[in-house]
Amino acid sequence: MDVLNALVAFLNFVILPAATYGSQLALGALGATLVYGILRFSNFAHGDTMAFGTMATIIATWGLQAMGVSIAPLPTALLALPVGVLATALVVLATDRLVYRPYRTRKTPSITLVMTSLGVMFVMGGLVRVFIGVDDRQFADGERFIFTAAQFREWTGLTETMALRTTQVITLVATIVAVAWLNWFLKRTRTGKSMRAFSDNENLALLSGINPERVVTIVWILSAALATLAGVLYGLDKSFRPITYFQLLLPVFAAAVVGGLGNPLGAVAGGFVVAFSEVVVTYSFRKVATYLLPADWQPEGLLQLLTTDYKVAVSFTVLVLVLLFRPTGIFRGKAA
Amino acid sequence: MSVARRNLLLFLGVAGLIVLTGFTQSWNAALTIVNMGLISAVMALGVNIQWGYAGLYNVGTMGFVALGGLATALVALQPVSGAWQAGGLRIVTALLFGAAVIVVAAQLYKRMPKGLPRFAALAVVLVGGFFAYRWILDPAAAGVEAINPALQGNLGGLGLPVLLSWPAGALLAAGAGWLIGKTALGLRSDYLAIATLGIAEIVIAVMKNEDWLDRGVKNIVDIPRPVPFEVDLQASEAFLSFASNIGANPVAASAVVVKLLYAGLFLAVLLALIWLSEAALHSPWGRMMRAIRDNEVAAAAMGKDVTRRHLQIFVLGCAVLGISGAMLSTMEGQLTPGAYQPLRFTFLIWVMVVVGGSGSNLGSVLGGFLIWYLWVQVEPWGNGLMALATSGMADGSPLKHHLMESAAHMRLLVMGVILIAVLRFRPQGLIPGK
Repeated sequence: MDVLNALVAFLNFVILPAATYGSQLALGALGATLVYGILRFSNFAHGDTMAFGTMATIIATWGLQAMGVSIAPLPTALLALPVGVLATALVVLATDRLVYRPYRTRKTPSITLVMTSLGVMFVMGGLVRVFIGVDDRQFADGERFIFTAAQFREWTGLTETMALRTTQVITLVATIVAVAWLNWFLKRTRTGKSMRAFSDNENLALLSGINPERVVTIVWILSAALATLAGVLYGLDKSFRPITYFQLLLPVFAAAVVGGLGNPLGAVAGGFVVAFSEVVVTYSFRKVATYLLPADWQPEGLLQLLTTDYKVAVSFTVLVLVLLFRPTGIFRGKAA
Repeated sequence: MSVARRNLLLFLGVAGLIVLTGFTQSWNAALTIVNMGLISAVMALGVNIQWGYAGLYNVGTMGFVALGGLATALVALQPVSGAWQAGGLRIVTALLFGAAVIVVAAQLYKRMPKGLPRFAALAVVLVGGFFAYRWILDPAAAGVEAINPALQGNLGGLGLPVLLSWPAGALLAAGAGWLIGKTALGLRSDYLAIATLGIAEIVIAVMKNEDWLDRGVKNIVDIPRPVPFEVDLQASEAFLSFASNIGANPVAASAVVVKLLYAGLFLAVLLALIWLSEAALHSPWGRMMRAIRDNEVAAAAMGKDVTRRHLQIFVLGCAVLGISGAMLSTMEGQLTPGAYQPLRFTFLIWVMVVVGGSGSNLGSVLGGFLIWYLWVQVEPWGNGLMALATSGMADGSPLKHHLMESAAHMRLLVMGVILIAVLRFRPQGLIPGK
């Protein structure tokens, strides 16, 4: 029984939150890594693209709610998601035409593009704040829990209990679907193959008649869609605030770099590596230990490696450690 | 128009903008911009040394600025009585022990052959070392933090004059830069950028959470000042007669005089740094640096030790950033780790360097002043513009309220547009480097 209790506590406080957060990071990192794979620069505007997509989705959600549309028990935001994706894709494509495309006609050092993306980050962050303000916003509606802590206790009779929130399940399901689809798209479709060819060897791809502008357009659309999805899932699970999304840029990039820039598989793995290390290192294992150890071995302290305030630092320590031993990430990413 | 004349005009233009602020708002506001401009110029110089001279892509500016700020607290605060007895020595022991564990682990990694035994040995040393480190540190830290926690709860500083903290900040940041450069400079472009971005976050996280060091998010607010307090000036006979002689209000005059004193100190540092970096840039060493920046492979083939030179310039740039951080905390008289945001202390500094002209010291100074001026002034302009645009709307309408609120965020937009436009149409910046 005690083993079960320990397992439930571990599942509720470590596995579930880390898996949810890891999925959100993985989706964000996928968008950033795809852009790096094709265009060869770190898009610093990605965090604010996530914020923009989430903002567009929230505004559409408000519209739907005002019209009385609802898909309860699911949150209305899922219905508004396509609108958000469309708006973000249009903005990102317009940015590409106006800002990035002129650099593609001549060879430009990647630093110029990174700096430009910094400018785009400022503009997008400004736009988001102008449209929706800086406040914290909750936009999740519908059923909050699949099952609550009380229900779980009633079913199992265990001392330790857990709850499963709707948003957590939605995040996990949406991530699995998105990653599976992306994998199929990149491996099986003609367009996906042309993208991978372009990423591996630009000149060879051009020689075989791949249209670079088409590849670039598709990668921006994919990146916008993934950013919006990641942003909306994060916002549903926690809440939406422009500054938080700007700060998400850091763990998202840590995930992409840990996995290896330009490598989609790596981005997903990186997302989970970062999320799990953050949660495991800052979790107090006292509860789990209480169940597992005999009574006279009970721990005195919290059994916590680092306080939760160190969460951000943990993801970057992982990043630095990985880069020390694998300078281009776990899955050997690309270098400009 | 000759280059020198155009540069002079650019500087005069920015100076004119600031003087205009003096006339339209107040001289106090104008001098605040000047002081922050001077500090920003030093920060931009530091980034320019790394990026403009050597092409090193350090996006961890914020971390080194914060370390400079930490130095002011550690140098200038009075030692907290009883803190060293309560656990100060034990904390030092813990830190030395932690360093020793890392050195042992690094040696093991180097000496042992690759394989399972090495992995096991490393794991034992690191995990065991971490727990032992926490076992030494935690009670000592708790002891120190228990001393008068509302006001102190930290070790305090050395009680030295605050101006000494400027070179101390340079040393602290340079030391951290050496460690980071030694481990991270082997990374390629974007990987180095993200790694430094992350390291800066780690530095801030440590400063926010290690209360025994700097009170963490409880902030230090009583850093001594190198210049007199405004209230002391207002109480002094000599100053009051001086103020009445020039026909000024003593309260406003004291604020202006204090800011002028700061400006004098900052200007001295800035001029010394510019002189030093110009001398360095025009020496054989500077030529070698530019050769490395422009073509690493060719420079290496000519027998230049690229890795060593990179490390050297990285450390130098970090030292300059450390000085700027110490200057900033000295002027503010406080250390607030929570205030270090990458947007303000990393990305904005990069905008200054790019807009000013990377590789050019004068450009960095101009960029520092111009961008800081815009960062401060765009908000009132946005408010004014928005008030004009919405003047036709009824008061209290939600749209008008929303538009007025949003004007405050104009500066992000403006910064972005400036950066994009400069990169697109004048990538070499306002004052191009050579």
